[in-house]
Amino acid sequence: MELLSGGEMLVRALHESGVEYIYGYPGGSLLHVYDAVYKQSAVKHVLVRHEQAAAHMADGYARATGKPGVVMVTSGPGATNTITGIATAFTDSIPMVVISGQVMSHLVGDDAFQETDMLGVSRPVVKHSFSVRDPRDIPELVAKAFYIASTGRPGPVVIDVPKDMTMPNERFEYVYPKKVKLRSYTPPQRGHAGQIKKAVDLLLNARKPVIYAGGGVIIDGSSDKLRALVDRLDFPCTNTLMGLGCYPATGDRFLGMLGMHGTYEANMAMHNADVVFAVGARFDDRVTNATSKFCPDAKIIHIDIDPSSISKTIQADVPIVGPVGSVLDEMMALLDEADSEPDSDAIASWWQQINEWRQRHAMRYEKNDSGLMKPQEVIEALWEATNGDAYVTSDVGQHQMFAAQYYKFDKPNRWINSGGLGTMGFGFPAAMGIKLNFPDHEVVCVTGEGSIQMNIQEMSTCLQYGIPVKILCLNNGSLGMVRQWQDMNYEGRHSHSYMESLPDFVKLAESYGHVGIQVKSRDELPQALDDAMNKYKNRLVFLDVAVDPEEHVYPMQVPTGSMRDMWLSKTERT
Amino acid sequence: MEKHIISILLENEPGALSRVVGLFAQRGYNIETLTVAPTEDETLSRLTMTTTGDDRKIEQITKQLNKLIEVVKLVDLSEGEHIERELMLIKVKAVGAQRAEIKRTADIFRGQIVDVTASVYTIQLTGATDKLEAFIQAIGEGAVLETVRTGVSGIARGEKILSL
Repeated sequence: MELLSGGEMLVRALHESGVEYIYGYPGGSLLHVYDAVYKQSAVKHVLVRHEQAAAHMADGYARATGKPGVVMVTSGPGATNTITGIATAFTDSIPMVVISGQVMSHLVGDDAFQETDMLGVSRPVVKHSFSVRDPRDIPELVAKAFYIASTGRPGPVVIDVPKDMTMPNERFEYVYPKKVKLRSYTPPQRGHAGQIKKAVDLLLNARKPVIYAGGGVIIDGSSDKLRALVDRLDFPCTNTLMGLGCYPATGDRFLGMLGMHGTYEANMAMHNADVVFAVGARFDDRVTNATSKFCPDAKIIHIDIDPSSISKTIQADVPIVGPVGSVLDEMMALLDEADSEPDSDAIASWWQQINEWRQRHAMRYEKNDSGLMKPQEVIEALWEATNGDAYVTSDVGQHQMFAAQYYKFDKPNRWINSGGLGTMGFGFPAAMGIKLNFPDHEVVCVTGEGSIQMNIQEMSTCLQYGIPVKILCLNNGSLGMVRQWQDMNYEGRHSHSYMESLPDFVKLAESYGHVGIQVKSRDELPQALDDAMNKYKNRLVFLDVAVDPEEHVYPMQVPTGSMRDMWLSKTERT
Repeated sequence: MEKHIISILLENEPGALSRVVGLFAQRGYNIETLTVAPTEDETLSRLTMTTTGDDRKIEQITKQLNKLIEVVKLVDLSEGEHIERELMLIKVKAVGAQRAEIKRTADIFRGQIVDVTASVYTIQLTGATDKLEAFIQAIGEGAVLETVRTGVSGIARGEKILSL
């Protein structure tokens, strides 16, 4: 029988839960745990420069691998600094386990030094949370946290650990549970057979179908199954911002992203569809535009593992609660048994219509003859320089939309962005979390000069641990998306959307011990990208790329309109 | 906008109640009454809440509640035959001729006078919400000094039970 302290149990249980890296920051209430971390080597720790970044690192890791990322922070400010990161993961259904220190149990409630009610503060943005009340419970709570975080609709779980639960001289028997069971938590294992049959019948009779696939496909690891179904049916497929990569962007049946900044053809196809098949997507307001005008002629089939996502904003005609993969398997089996096929003439004329739509806008943009580059061409150059195979993280704003539109993701888990919460400062630490775990892959953070400054301190962490991510900063000297809205809705009054007194990013990168390259024109870009990927392969490279601040993201849906109501350029509206 | 009585078996753990209440605040749902107490199984609490909303909102409320890890079981009692009760303690002015009148009214509503002073009756009354409200009307709001109500408790009629 092995006796361990609470702190040692915590670290051991994390290891047994499959943890390789913890992202964190020590402090008073966690010192016993950090001592336990020091005395072992199975679990490695990465010291960030701000706790928010620890959460985003864990998040990036989780999005790329599908496994829960682990954060460890001290009580009070350490814990509250993670809240934005936890909320980011929560909104996008990302598995995460957050260990927060807490003051001694007998001090809880006395406004002790660095005390904060972490369970209370984090409650609206966690899937679940625990407080340790007996050190003997620690292995079981850790196992439960990982189980809850990673099953069903994944999400973050907080374990709050009062300091007295980790005392080094109080030792207990360590038992890691072989199996976790919670009587009140049973995630669905498969969809309802009758509903699946109905869905297949509806698909077989569809004349103008669209498959609308979201992040749930990627989370479930079911991209291959989705592709097989789309190709088997020869139906058009669009992806949400969170779903990019679940169907190959270079595939013939791909319509591009849909929604607020979706392609003309994706939004037109949705609006005119007779059957919309939503797979692991949640009819987010950035997809539907005005719900009352959404897809007026469509029957809706909706697969989601979370029953509360179904008929929340858009009523589903055929709701299916279950894991995407298992439901798609059953649908494929039914399709193979079916004695009918979709009407090939109807589908062919639907494709003809879609191909006409594809001609209209085709994600065209006009390059400047001289002067500043357009942000779109920078993303296209990045796609070429990385053979379309990099892990690309982004922050939030115009650069995020340009990356989503112009970097054609052919694989799932490669496009890593804060889709639901829209967290500026996410991209860089997320890229770090990925690079640590995929050292042989190119990991690029596409960002802007606004977003990057929200977690730029992590360049220091990158030097300490040797994390050679590439930062591609589309520098337009302004908060581009805010500015775009001000151009469109506020007669160009740029209220606080410009960045004066920007740092010299090249020197800043250099002062942190990295490589900075400034790119001012089109001629310089290919060499700079090549240097970043090859000459400085093992260095962090900050590419500060000047782009045209006048550029807007198009298409852009018209507020309160239907999906087909879009601006296609500054002057052209549907 | 119908009234619904949602009855929940909840893990009897610290923080569980705050998750239920927090969910309502966070998502803009309305709680009209809330009662919570232990059950014969010490690991479980029984929670009854009344809320209003259209079908879609009630569906969301029950789905969101079911997602809470500590919610073990849940039923919308209003969907079937059920019994609902609320207990009210009410202090009313009782002087002169009013004393007899109030006593008679309390009797009609099967209330009990549980405390008496020279000028005040404290009456205990049990029933569905509309009965309690009818009693207050009958007494006249001007005579009411203080009311304390437990909120609605409910249980399904017949052999249906909410248990593990």
